[in-house]
Amino acid sequence: MFLTSAFQMAARQIRRHGMRSALTTLGVVIGTAAVIAMVTLGRGTTARISDEIGKIGRNLLFVAPGAPRHGAAHGRVTAFALEDARAIAREVRGLVAVAPTAMAPVLAVYGNNNWRTMLSGVDHNFLVVREWTLATGRAFQAGEERSGAAVCILGDTVRGNLFVGEEPLGRSIRVANVSCEVIGVLASRGRSTMGEDQDDLVLMPLLAVQRRIAGNQDVGAILVSAADGESTARIQEDITRLMRQRRHITGDKEDDFAVRDLKELADLAARTTGILTTLLAAIAAVSLLVGGIGIMNIMLVSVTERTREIGIRLAIGARAREILLQFLIEAVVLSAMGGVLGIGVGLGGSYLAARALELPFVIDVPIVIIAFVFSAAVGVSFGFFPARKAARLDPIVALRFE
Amino acid sequence: MIAVRAELPAPPLVELQGVDKVYGRGDAEVHALRGVDLGISAGEFVAIMGASGSGKSTCMNILGCLDVPTSGRYLFRGVDVATLTHDQRALLRRNFIGFVFQGYNLLPRTSAVENVELPLTYRGVERAERHRRALAALRDVGLEGRELHTAAELSGGQQQRVAIARAIVSGPDLLLADEPTGNLDTARSLELMRLITTLNQERGLTVIMVTHENDIAAFASRVIRFRDGAVVPGKGA
Ligand SMILES: Nc1ncnc2c1ncn2[C@@H]1O[C@H](COP(=O)(O)OP(=O)(O)O)[C@@H](O)[C@H]1O
Ligand SMILES: [Mg+2]
Repeated sequence: MFLTSAFQMAARQIRRHGMRSALTTLGVVIGTAAVIAMVTLGRGTTARISDEIGKIGRNLLFVAPGAPRHGAAHGRVTAFALEDARAIAREVRGLVAVAPTAMAPVLAVYGNNNWRTMLSGVDHNFLVVREWTLATGRAFQAGEERSGAAVCILGDTVRGNLFVGEEPLGRSIRVANVSCEVIGVLASRGRSTMGEDQDDLVLMPLLAVQRRIAGNQDVGAILVSAADGESTARIQEDITRLMRQRRHITGDKEDDFAVRDLKELADLAARTTGILTTLLAAIAAVSLLVGGIGIMNIMLVSVTERTREIGIRLAIGARAREILLQFLIEAVVLSAMGGVLGIGVGLGGSYLAARALELPFVIDVPIVIIAFVFSAAVGVSFGFFPARKAARLDPIVALRFE
Repeated sequence: MIAVRAELPAPPLVELQGVDKVYGRGDAEVHALRGVDLGISAGEFVAIMGASGSGKSTCMNILGCLDVPTSGRYLFRGVDVATLTHDQRALLRRNFIGFVFQGYNLLPRTSAVENVELPLTYRGVERAERHRRALAALRDVGLEGRELHTAAELSGGQQQRVAIARAIVSGPDLLLADEPTGNLDTARSLELMRLITTLNQERGLTVIMVTHENDIAAFASRVIRFRDGAVVPGKGA
């Protein structure tokens, strides 16, 4: 019963000091908005990564030269050769396909348009391993692969930049000064989690890249896809053993190559994002506490300003607990309002940010509820001290207060 | 015996027995009240007079259960107030006592009717009923048509009427008025006294009023005089 009146009184008080109330809650608004934005964007990123795992191609392993601990670019590395890929395909059980690749950064030119992109020398296994389809055109034929024919398949970004409103199939483009015919265009895949454009590449038969552009027999990386139900850990082991043997690494000498399970990497990335999200949300929650201090500050000012009012209420017969409740509710209403506003701002802001970053917009309902409860709790904890100060006033002293 | 008893005045509504009030300690000690004895019966209209600093307000605060005696007993309807908790004294004020102060003490920026509703809020009266009763109380003090004005929009006399409406809206037994006309001119003071007299006579409201002025005290049926924290013996107490 008194509770209803206390809420009415709080509402009136807050309305009466509109500007001050707004500024008081600003801290809570920002804190809550920050928590919500961090969590929402973090969840979006995680969702994006999970999505990515599917897109990369299921059960994909990535074999690259370079010690596993240092990453591919470290130190002098001995490249693979085509024969390594063939050996894997021959000797490791449970594989769907093995795709050797050789990559090189190139300038692609068509007419007046040119575009800096990544050239991948591949064979027909590449599309199988990456579970990639063609939007138009056709894949490489066995003859073209064997002879290293000057034909290419464009990623959608390259197509868009070279061919403006023009049909690319059958045209001839120059890739690193080698003229080649466009025979297909890959289906678009968009951006990866890390923000890199997956459609920004040109495919050419491996042999064509090795002979015409790289001028060597190197294979940069070998993509391996495991059959469903096969253990990627076992395949990882088998490939490692085979490669150590082929590269004459004996005893306890370290590998000079790495076999990575992309799903594992993606899982790790998702986990890392999760931890990062929690961390950022925790930092944001601290700003929510700072907002609470703002509320405490203003409530203390308000109690002092309203000392006489408190005296009148006490004389009229208000009990200490009713005075306490009145100020506590005022603080809670303030902070909960800030919470609701902050949730709105946080969701709105992360919706826009998610669109800009091309992330999925995932509302985490429990976090929204927790954020609201937390903001109200901030009001209770930071409103308590000023409210208790009000409730402990001596009516005679309060009535005489100027 | 029975016959003698029937001639005695009605049992007192409030009774002070040897009440002392000491403020501060040591050198700063102030004896505001020294052995005050007095009894006031239901339905009386008593004026308390005395020089400034003679302990009138201190006595009113004790009678209003806003403060407690340092020693001695204060009986409200026979109950020793010293035995009550803080909350119980608040409830006693809520249910039995109305206050009027020299400085009106209305809530600022709050309409007259909302000021008058305030005591009913703490008594848990429904909003609509609260409003209805507050309007009625304002009508009783002659403030019809001023219900929505805030303190700043009312004259001193009108503000003090709002304060009286607030004091009587919950139907108390006792009205405590500490220099209610202290800030008013003579004409306004006399109007206010007529209002208080009416409440005393028509509703049987017990009134205890502090005043400096003889013509205001003249409205009361009994005058108690204070000097140096004690009641001056003689007619009155
Ligand atoms: N809260 C207080 N602390 C200390 N001294 C007080 C307090 N209230 C009143 N006094 C002192 O007690 C005496 C009586 O005060 P009061 O009852 O207000 O007198 P009156 O109302 O008759 O003018 C005065 O000397 C005053 O200074
Ligand atoms: Mg006084």
